[in-house]
Amino acid sequence: MENQKLIVSTSPHFRSKESIRSIMYWVIIALLPSAVAGIYYYGFPAFKVIMLSVISAVFTEFLIQKLRKVKVTVSDGSAALTGLLLAMTIPPNLPFYVPIVGSVFAIAIGKQVFGGLGYNPFNPALIGRAFLLAAWPVPLTTGWLAPSSSTGVSGINQGELVNTLQQTNNEVLIDALSSATPLNLLKQTFTGIQTGEITREFGDRILEMLYSGGVLKNLITGNIGGSIGETCAILLIAGGLFLLVKKIITWHIPVSYILTVGVFAWILGGPKGEFFTGNPIFHIFAGGLMLGAFYMATDYVTSPMTGKGKIIFGIGAGIIVVLIRKWGGYPEGVCYSILLMNTATPLIDRFTKPKVFGFKKPEKAEEKK
Amino acid sequence: MEEKQSIFKVFVNGIFRENPVFVLVLGMCPTLAVTTSAINGLGMGLAASFVLICSNLIVSLVRRFIPDKVRIPAFIVVIATFVTIVQFVMKGFFPSLDKALGIFIPLIVVNCIILGRAEAFASKNDPFRAVLDGLGMGIGFTLSLVLIGSIREILGANKLFGYLFFPQEFPPLVFMILPPGGFLTMGLLLMFFNWISHRRAITEAKKQIAAKE
Repeated sequence: MENQKLIVSTSPHFRSKESIRSIMYWVIIALLPSAVAGIYYYGFPAFKVIMLSVISAVFTEFLIQKLRKVKVTVSDGSAALTGLLLAMTIPPNLPFYVPIVGSVFAIAIGKQVFGGLGYNPFNPALIGRAFLLAAWPVPLTTGWLAPSSSTGVSGINQGELVNTLQQTNNEVLIDALSSATPLNLLKQTFTGIQTGEITREFGDRILEMLYSGGVLKNLITGNIGGSIGETCAILLIAGGLFLLVKKIITWHIPVSYILTVGVFAWILGGPKGEFFTGNPIFHIFAGGLMLGAFYMATDYVTSPMTGKGKIIFGIGAGIIVVLIRKWGGYPEGVCYSILLMNTATPLIDRFTKPKVFGFKKPEKAEEKK
Repeated sequence: MEEKQSIFKVFVNGIFRENPVFVLVLGMCPTLAVTTSAINGLGMGLAASFVLICSNLIVSLVRRFIPDKVRIPAFIVVIATFVTIVQFVMKGFFPSLDKALGIFIPLIVVNCIILGRAEAFASKNDPFRAVLDGLGMGIGFTLSLVLIGSIREILGANKLFGYLFFPQEFPPLVFMILPPGGFLTMGLLLMFFNWISHRRAITEAKKQIAAKE
């Protein structure tokens, strides 16, 4: 007993087994099924985009950490995760340099410029995607591939599609019906109705096709055109639940985010001037909402700390998604909604700071003195 | 009073050590707004340089007659005179450039580099030095604008001074010509020049230590 030394150290004294490394690899594992589904539906191009994106992200991180003369932390998997997430948010049919430039930008400007992991104010993968969308808008909005010959990019059965196509002469709409993603088709239909280019009845028929059970099934299984990782909703949810069970993410952001999108899509999702006619199920499963809600909005660094803050974050992002889908220039708004709420995160944190234990508000009488 | 700098130092000062864009970080408004192409940067740089040199000369000549309290309005009047000259010359001889630069030509009046040099240098030095200072600062400003403009034009439009830059077809990064591209280029160049001056400071400090020992 006399030989034992009293060891004095600062807190924390309890350490969990979790590390950045284990968390990052669990998230990658949770994402892998959806990535594999993307490769299954879109074939080799999707595989190529994922590999290029991951490899260049890891390589950029390594190179910049060498240049900055800091410890190289490539093996913690955060760069690989950023590359994978970026690849999953972009279309499969892209020239080879697009995912490479996106990854380099995401790591270099989105993360390392601010000081590396933990200091970045925005989600790096989404910074990469936003940059690509501004840099090469055409490939990023037309690089979709149809998953199979029987269903088009929009997820509508080809036979039905041909029938409908014969009833219109509107070239923009013909284009949209044959090559747009579900959300884009929805947007173009509403615009068409609003400008009077297509009749209301015809627009309603397209909406009916989009909201049909067949399309919904395709949306859930991923049998539609879209970004590599956003289409297969069921696997994304499964991966998200896995992360919830592993306690890597909490329920606050995904639940509040998805619910808000559902509610507001129901209120605002109809044609102009008609409220409470939108289809919440369609809006929840179409586009990148599942990917964003479970894997991107929950990023530790860029989302609020407390449960209350996380719910505010999710509601805010959900409202922005619906606003962009309804009135914005793009058919999908998940990427920008999360980036915008990232900017609000420090503010949310400040106003949802939990009270220190035992803290009492100073009494007013004392203030008057 | 600090000792008078050598004439050569006065001239080179504006190009490197006190480069108005990358070291003093002055005149950001035209720097970010007009540098969508190298030729715009060159036009803006030359216009500002002309105003800078002339106003430096005049301010230096009349520096003893301007009461201290009204010096800023007096400088502005001198600067505005030359800006008006530049504006008419541009409208008359380079209408396309005038269209591209637009509001930023009249805004040279309130360019902080020009007012800053009038206040900090020309009003305290003889005309010869003032002109040299204006020349150096003008060259530094023009070079910086051309550098930013070239980078943005090459990446954003695959061109340099209007000529194709890369031989093969290469889809340009439209992003770089848009405003965020300007901020990005500026930020990265600032980082680069800060890194260079930081390294220079370290080597100089090492030299001094070595000399002491």
